[in-house]
Amino acid sequence: MTEHKPVIVSHHQVGRPTLKAYVVGYALSILLTVGAYLAVTHHSFQKSAAVTVVVGLALTQFLVQLLFFLHLGTETKPRWKLLVFMFMIMIVAILVFGSLWIMSNLNYRMTPQQINTYMQNQAGL
Amino acid sequence: MSKLEAEDTDGKAIFGFWVYLMTDCVLFASLFAAYAVLHNNTFGGPSGSQLFSLPFVLTETLILLTSSFTCGLGVLSAYNGHKDKVVAWFSVTFLLGASFLAMELTEFSHLVHDGNSWTRSGFLSSFFTLVGTHGLHITVGLLWMVVLMLQVLRRGLGTSTVKRLTLFSLFWHFLDLVWIFIFTIVYLLGALKI
Amino acid sequence: MNLFFANAFLGKLNWSALPHDPITIFGASTVVGGAILVPCLLTYFKRWKWLWREWLTTVDPKRIGVMYIVVALLMLLRGLSDAALLRTQQATSVGASHGILSANHFQQIFSAHGTIMIFFVAMGLMFGLINLIVPLQIGSRDVAFPFLNATSFWLFVAGMLLVNLSLVVGEFSAAGWLAYPPLSELQFSPGTGVDYWIWSLQIAGIGSLLAGVNFFVTILKMRCPGMSLMKMPLFVWSVLCAMVLVIFAFPILTVTLTLLFLDRSMGMHFFTASGGGNAMMYVNLIWAWGHPEVYILMLPAFGVYSEVVATFSRKRLFGYTSMVWALIAITFLSFSVWLHHFFTMGAGADVNAFFGIMTGVIAIPTGVKIFNWLATMYRGRILFATPMFWFMGFVVTFTIGGVAGVLMSVPAIDFQVHNTLFLVAHFHMMIVGGAVFGYFAGITYWFPKIFGFRLNEWLGKKAFWGWFVGFLLAFVPLYILGLMGATRRLDHYDASLGWQPLFIVAGVGVIVVLAGVGFQVLQFVVSIMQRQANLDTTGDPWNGRTLEWSTASPAPFYNYAVIPQVTERDAFWAAKQAASDPDEEPAKPRYEDILMPKNTPMGLFIAAFAFAFGFAAIWHIIWLAVVGLFGVIICIIVRASDDEPEYYVKAAEVKKIEATAKEHYL
Repeated sequence: MTEHKPVIVSHHQVGRPTLKAYVVGYALSILLTVGAYLAVTHHSFQKSAAVTVVVGLALTQFLVQLLFFLHLGTETKPRWKLLVFMFMIMIVAILVFGSLWIMSNLNYRMTPQQINTYMQNQAGL
Repeated sequence: MSKLEAEDTDGKAIFGFWVYLMTDCVLFASLFAAYAVLHNNTFGGPSGSQLFSLPFVLTETLILLTSSFTCGLGVLSAYNGHKDKVVAWFSVTFLLGASFLAMELTEFSHLVHDGNSWTRSGFLSSFFTLVGTHGLHITVGLLWMVVLMLQVLRRGLGTSTVKRLTLFSLFWHFLDLVWIFIFTIVYLLGALKI
Repeated sequence: MNLFFANAFLGKLNWSALPHDPITIFGASTVVGGAILVPCLLTYFKRWKWLWREWLTTVDPKRIGVMYIVVALLMLLRGLSDAALLRTQQATSVGASHGILSANHFQQIFSAHGTIMIFFVAMGLMFGLINLIVPLQIGSRDVAFPFLNATSFWLFVAGMLLVNLSLVVGEFSAAGWLAYPPLSELQFSPGTGVDYWIWSLQIAGIGSLLAGVNFFVTILKMRCPGMSLMKMPLFVWSVLCAMVLVIFAFPILTVTLTLLFLDRSMGMHFFTASGGGNAMMYVNLIWAWGHPEVYILMLPAFGVYSEVVATFSRKRLFGYTSMVWALIAITFLSFSVWLHHFFTMGAGADVNAFFGIMTGVIAIPTGVKIFNWLATMYRGRILFATPMFWFMGFVVTFTIGGVAGVLMSVPAIDFQVHNTLFLVAHFHMMIVGGAVFGYFAGITYWFPKIFGFRLNEWLGKKAFWGWFVGFLLAFVPLYILGLMGATRRLDHYDASLGWQPLFIVAGVGVIVVLAGVGFQVLQFVVSIMQRQANLDTTGDPWNGRTLEWSTASPAPFYNYAVIPQVTERDAFWAAKQAASDPDEEPAKPRYEDILMPKNTPMGLFIAAFAFAFGFAAIWHIIWLAVVGLFGVIICIIVRASDDEPEYYVKAAEVKKIEATAKEHYL
C-alpha cells in the first residue's frame, strides 16, 4: 500500500506547508548563500562593506528559512510559537551582545600599551 | 482516542518540541558568544582566514541546504499519504546529511593532522566546539532519520509517525538555520579577518 | 599488562579514592549505610513490588512531586550538616587553633553545601510542589509530557547520587559552588572533585531543562475550559514565569559546564590561564545562567505566598493584575542584571552603572508584590496557621536581605562588600528566607491535599520559630562581620580581629535552626502516627479558593473525574459561594472513559545510564561511558517506538472511585 488517506496534522500548529513555499525558500536560500560567498571571495568590496553585505544576507536567509521552511508566523492565534521565538531572539541578543560588551570592557583600566603587551602575550609572542 | 484528542496531542508535541528548539538556540548562542570572545585568541597559531577553504565550505553549505529542502518535500509527501515518496525523499536527505558530516569530519581531521587541533588555542577550542556541536546535532538527526524510516516502512504513515516526521523536519530545518550563522560568522567573517 | 587492563577497566579509579580521615569516613558511612539500609528495609517489609509499581515506574506528577520533596528534604539534612561543620570551624578556628577541618576539607564542604542547597534542596522542593499542585490548579489531569516528567525526576536523582557518591569514592570540588577557573581547571584542581561537580550539575540540569519545557507547555496548553491566563491562580503564573527562566537560562549552564569539562578533559583552552583562554568569560557565562537561576528559585515561592496569604486572610489577593505584571517584569529583567555578581572583575564605569541601575530596577516589582501581600492581609480575617507563620518570617528576613541587595546594587558600595560575609548574609536571607520558607509554607499548606491528613500545628509552629530565630542568629552577625572586613570562605582568622564572638553567635544560630529541623521531623512523625484522628474528610481543610481544594484528599490519580469549567478567578471559591444557594441542586456528574498514561521504567533506566555515563566521565572509564551513552540512546529509541503508552480508565471505575472518595463540595 503506497497510498494512504491524507493524515490530519494540526495545521494550525505547523502552519501551512506547500510545495511552493519550499521551492521558493530553497531558491532564495541558494541565491543568498552564493551571494554572500561571492561578496567575500571577489574582493570587490571594502572590508566593512563586505561585512555588512554578508551579515545582511545571512539575516535575510534566516528570515527566508523561518518563513518558508519553518512556517513561522503562519499559525493561528494564539501565536505562542512566535512569541516564544521572539523571546528567544531577545535573550540571544542580550547574551551575545551583552557578553561582547562586557568582555571587551574588562580591559577598561588598561592603557593602550598594557593592552598591546597583553594581546602579544595572548598570541604567545 | 478521538481524532480531536489526537490532534490535541500533536499540537502539544509540536509546540513542546518547538520550545525545546528554542533552548537549543540559546545553547548555540552561548557557543557563539564564546567563539566571538575567543576567536582572535590564536596564541601564535593560525587564524581562521589561514585555515578555512571557502569553496569547500560553500559546497558543504549547499549540500545541507538541499537536504533541508528534500526534508520538506518528504514531509509534504507524508501529509499526502505517499509512503514510498516519504522513504525516497528522506533517504536523499540522509545521504546529503551524511555527505555534509563526512566533509566536516574531513576538514576536522586535516586540521588535527596539521597540528591545529582544539588544544592549540582558545580560537581553535571554540571553533571545534561550536562547529562540532552542530555536527553532533547532525549525527543525532541522521540516527533519528534511520529510526523514523524503519517506523515508516514497518508501520506506515499513522498519526504518530507523521507527527514524528514533522518534529524531525523542525529539527533538521533548525540545524540548517544554525549553519547559516556558522557559515557566516565563522567562515565568511573569518575569511574577512574580522 | 595488568596495569593496562586495570586502567582500561577502571580509568582513574584506585584505592586512594576511598576516604581516610574521621570526618570523611563518617560522611561516607552515612551514604553507604543509607544505601544498604533502604534495600534491607524494603526486603524485610516485602515492599519491592510496591516500590516498583507505585513509585519507580510512576508517571503521576503527584507521586513524582512527593519523591522530589523527599529527596530534597534528605539533601537538606546533608546541606545542614555541612553548614554545621562550617559554622563550627569558623567559631573555633581562631589564632592558634585551626578548628576541626583541614583547609582543603573546609573548601570541599562549603562547595558541597552551596551546590547541594541550590541544586538539590531548593530546586527539588520547587519542582516537587510544581508537580504536586500545578496540574490540579489548572484543572488538568496530568502534565503535557508525563514520561518526560518522570525522566526529569530520575535525572535529578542521578545528579544527587553523584554528589553523594563523591563522599565515598574520590572527593568533591573545592572550588566553590560555581567553580571559577583557573582554580577549577586541571592545573589547580587535578583530582576528580570538579568533575563530580560538573557531571552532577550537568545531568540534573538537563532534567530541569526538560521539566521547564514540560510545565511551560502544560500551563499554556492544558488549562481547563474557561481558565484564561488572567484567571489562573497566582501560583500557576509564578510557575509559568519560572519555567520561562528555566528554558532560556539552563542551556547557558549546559554549555558552560561542557566548556569547563572540555578544558579539563580534552586540553581545550576556553578558560585556561594560557593558551588563549579567558577565565573571565566563565564568570560572565556562569552568572548569565546564575542570576536567572535565583529567580527560578524565588518565583514559585512568591506564588506559594500569594496562595497562602489569600487563603489565610480569607480575602481575595490584592492587586492580581499588578502581581502578574510584576512576575512578567521580573522575568524580563532577570536577564539584564547578571554582571552585578562581578562588579569588581574590572569592567568600566559605564558597564557597571548600567547593570547597577537594572539591579535597582528589578527590586521594584518585587517590592510591589510584598506590598500587595500585606494589602491582602489588611482587613482580612486572618487565621494564623503554620503556613502564615512561614510567610511572616519571609517578610522579615527577605526584606532585610533585599535591602542589603539594593545596597549592593550600587557598584561603589559593592566594591567594599563583595565576597565578604555581608554578601553571604544577603543571599542566604534571600534564598532561605525567600525560597525555602516559601516551600515550607507550601508543604505545610498542601500536605493535607496530598496525603489526606493534616500536619500537627503546634509542632509546625515550634519548627518555624526554631528556623526563624536560629536563622536570624546565624546570619545577622554575618552582616556585621562583613562590614568589619571578614571575607567569605575563610577557614581561619587572627584573634586580634575580634570576630570570634560574632561567629559564636552564628554557630548558636545553627544549633537553633537544627532544633527547628528536629521539630519538623517530629511534626512529620507525630502527624503520621496521629493521622486517623486528623483526616481531611472534605478535601478543603483551609476553606481554600482554588481548584485543587475541590478534589478529595488525597486526589484520585486522574485528578478530576469531570474536567472543571471555570468562569472566574478563584474558581473554587466562586463555586462554593454559588453552591451555598440552597435552591441549587448539585448537577449529577457524567462520567466518561479517561485516557491516562501507563507506568514505565524507561525514565529510571535513562537516568541510570546517564549516571553511569557521568561516573565514567569523571573517572575516565571509556567503556562505561560508551555503555552509558548507548544505553540512553537505546532507551529513547525503545520508548519512541512504543505506540501504546496510554490506557483507558473505564467510566464505571471512575464512578466507583468517586463514590468511595470522601464527601466534598463540588
